[in-house]
Amino acid sequence: MDITSIVYPVISIGGLGILFGAGLGYASKKFAVEVDERIPKVRELLPGANCGGCGFAGCDAFAKAVVEGTVSPSGCSVNTMESTEAIAAFMGLKVEQTEKKVAVVKCKGTCDKSKNKYEYYGITDCRDAALIPGGGAKSCSYGCLGLGSCKKVCPFGAIKIEDGIAVIDEEKCTACGNCVKACPKAVIELVPVTKQVRVLCNSLDKGKEVKESCSVGCIGCRMCVKVCEYGAMDFENNLAHVNYEKCTQCMACVKKCPTKAICGEILSEEVQAS
Amino acid sequence: MELFILFLSAILVNNFVLSRFLGICPFLGVSKKVETAVGMGMAVTFVMTLASMISYMVYNWILVPLKIEYLYTIAFILVIASLVQFVEMVIQKVSPTLYQALGVYLPLITTNCAVLGVAVLNMNEGYNLIQSIVHGVGAALGFTLAIVLFAGIRERIENNNILTAFQGFPIALITAGLMSIAFLGFQGLL
Repeated sequence: MDITSIVYPVISIGGLGILFGAGLGYASKKFAVEVDERIPKVRELLPGANCGGCGFAGCDAFAKAVVEGTVSPSGCSVNTMESTEAIAAFMGLKVEQTEKKVAVVKCKGTCDKSKNKYEYYGITDCRDAALIPGGGAKSCSYGCLGLGSCKKVCPFGAIKIEDGIAVIDEEKCTACGNCVKACPKAVIELVPVTKQVRVLCNSLDKGKEVKESCSVGCIGCRMCVKVCEYGAMDFENNLAHVNYEKCTQCMACVKKCPTKAICGEILSEEVQAS
Repeated sequence: MELFILFLSAILVNNFVLSRFLGICPFLGVSKKVETAVGMGMAVTFVMTLASMISYMVYNWILVPLKIEYLYTIAFILVIASLVQFVEMVIQKVSPTLYQALGVYLPLITTNCAVLGVAVLNMNEGYNLIQSIVHGVGAALGFTLAIVLFAGIRERIENNNILTAFQGFPIALITAGLMSIAFLGFQGLL
């Protein structure tokens, strides 16, 4: 083998690269555009996940909008409180306190607790499965199909599919809302992270039908409404809702719920204080 | 005369978008407004003309004498990428509005197969320098013509009452198909 067959390509392509690089370097000096220097600084304080949860095309577009004053720094739900405050201080703005939220899958219907109407062998995507008559294989037509459309859109890797339903890692979840939009069953909801009382059922069916399809669904018995001293339980379309403005997390409803559709853990004092 | 035929055939008969189906991405992406379509057309014209000229020089004056023709894809992409970077800088300086409007499609000219296509076609057809440049200009003007006409039609479509299922991209794709059929009529020209 001739050594020139290696040397020539390296020299010629490398030489071209250097030539064009030098030309571009000169051009970038010559055609330099002054950018508002605050934009890159704000951009640095953003998470940089480009999740689009703020409604802008990405973190760069959001940083630009913040500098232009069209949006408040707290518009980024993903950012930590410190970074948001840092941006606000940098821009000379006051930041309004927004409560940190977290996404919750309102379904507990794992494989052993709910049945399948039929075997689904289609595309592994909830949005496809939900179009099939019956709205997917799950016996409950309101529940999580567990095919992972939400997992695919989560830019933070916070969603796992476990035992037939989506499970959200609250540590990783940043409440960007991508999964809420992706879910064809609207089973995912954003709730305040400090409020632990959650109705983990999405079924609007009547009690009998819920019982038939799932052992942990809300059967609409209204026990929680009766037991709540603070009037924090709303009841609509055969399903209980927690009014988080009134809820004091006394856990009376959690203890009373016959199917354990309402869940709640007693939080450590540290989290409650914050 | 021969050059004129080459030029005309590149614009109408072998239109890069509507007959060769190259450069569809910007054709669909940047064709919502006539203004931006014209800007994109101009940018592509500039890049394509220079790319066909420089890639001819690189191929015939560097790669062929050194017998390393097999590297033409890399060499052409290098040329095109540098040119696109250059055009991006110039547009950002000269017209920030156009820069905003073109958005992500401007760097995407790098991967616009129409630009690479013209360089490769020049090489395959064995055109000389003048022919290559004429072909490049013709192809680019053909692209501009197609995208501007398409943008004009799409602007009108916006104001029409279209079935929900056809709104947006479906009707745009149908329109593009019909335009392609219309351009087939030029086949008898030469």
